[in-house]
Amino acid sequence: MLHTSLHCRSFPSPSHLRSLVLSSRLFPSVAVRTTPTLSLRRSRANRSIAMAATEDSRIKRIASSIRVIPDWPKPGVMFQDITTLLLDPQAFKDSIDLFVERYKDECITVVAGVEARGFIFGPPIALAIGAKFVPMRKPNKLPGEVISEEYSLEYGTDVMEMHVGAVQPGDRVLVIDDLIATGGTLCAAIRLLERVGAEVVESACVIELPELKGRERLGDRPLFVLIKAKGV
Amino acid sequence: MTYPQEEVDGKERGEKPMMKKNNKRLETKIEGIASSIRVVPHFPKPGIMFQDITTLLLNPKAFKNTIDLFVERYSSMDISVVAGVEARGFIFGPSIALAIGAKFIPLRKPRKLPGEVISERYVLEYGTDCLEMHVGAVQPGERALVVDDLIATGGTLCAAMNLLERAGAEVVECACVIELPELKGRERLNGKPLFVLVESH
Repeated sequence: MLHTSLHCRSFPSPSHLRSLVLSSRLFPSVAVRTTPTLSLRRSRANRSIAMAATEDSRIKRIASSIRVIPDWPKPGVMFQDITTLLLDPQAFKDSIDLFVERYKDECITVVAGVEARGFIFGPPIALAIGAKFVPMRKPNKLPGEVISEEYSLEYGTDVMEMHVGAVQPGDRVLVIDDLIATGGTLCAAIRLLERVGAEVVESACVIELPELKGRERLGDRPLFVLIKAKGV
Repeated sequence: MTYPQEEVDGKERGEKPMMKKNNKRLETKIEGIASSIRVVPHFPKPGIMFQDITTLLLNPKAFKNTIDLFVERYSSMDISVVAGVEARGFIFGPSIALAIGAKFIPLRKPRKLPGEVISERYVLEYGTDCLEMHVGAVQPGERALVVDDLIATGGTLCAAMNLLERAGAEVVECACVIELPELKGRERLNGKPLFVLVESH
């Protein structure tokens, strides 16, 4: 087994993880609804207030750098645009650092990023924690032998593909995307990875839209996000 | 102190041991990167030998060396913007941007970017395609680096450069992991410099 020679602390249980979700206070100029960090502070008794405050200020900067585009791609949808986060090098670095801090001691061997915005966050995390990066792609993009997973959209279905042989049985995997909405895409990614015998340790996103109940769709699969936002 | 002399191509050359060691290290890194790239024959169509960088990404040391080689080159060139071409440019560009403290700008296929965009059409083997960039992502006078995994005919990179120049940025260089020299993409870049790690013939 890959990690017998490594000293990995045991991974927290799913319910414990949910109480560790980081979030930030609402900035008046930003249309993002957030929740307080009190549960985080209480659950980490040994953490200094200064450290928690640093996390808070990083989250604040990340949240305020995300642009909301109303009625895109269709009326009624408040689109969370992370491209403006990428235009703020400090905020972008902070978002990567927050993920790396969480996963660097968890013996993650694979970071799987969902096309295309998962390709922006996944590789820097993979590089920092010494893991492989595996792209999860739309159909007909990956050359060579692939396995496919169909998943439902609001109207119709879509397909996600992964290379055969990219992930080995027993690999410990982190799934990355920019945002979780209904959870359909993440579920498809998790299924693909589990089909080849990997252990999906956690899914991680910059943004969650809680009203769309993606977390429920993941069931007991752990989910970690930096920001919760109102998407509709 | 005199340094050892070495005969190279019939001429005697003085080469400091440290330089020789560094060049050997660089060669080893490049070899490691090149050998981790998988060639898939007849994809996406017969006759094409597809350069598959996903196997490079499965080799953390080689992937890190790839990024480091770009970062070493660009960290002191005052680059304020790294523009990555969808989708494989998204795999390399952001890590370079983070390391050199630059903004990252995704250049995308049509209708993927929300809000106001500018578009650039370009020619494919059969038909045309289109690349888009957000209005306001780049300011006039910014120094930009364009990143993609591979340059073939140069059509995509050309479109990327045009978008940035239309917004008033200065494209300092284009950077790719792989070049297919026989497809002459380098000549299509309007004299803009191109830097690649691996040539594939």
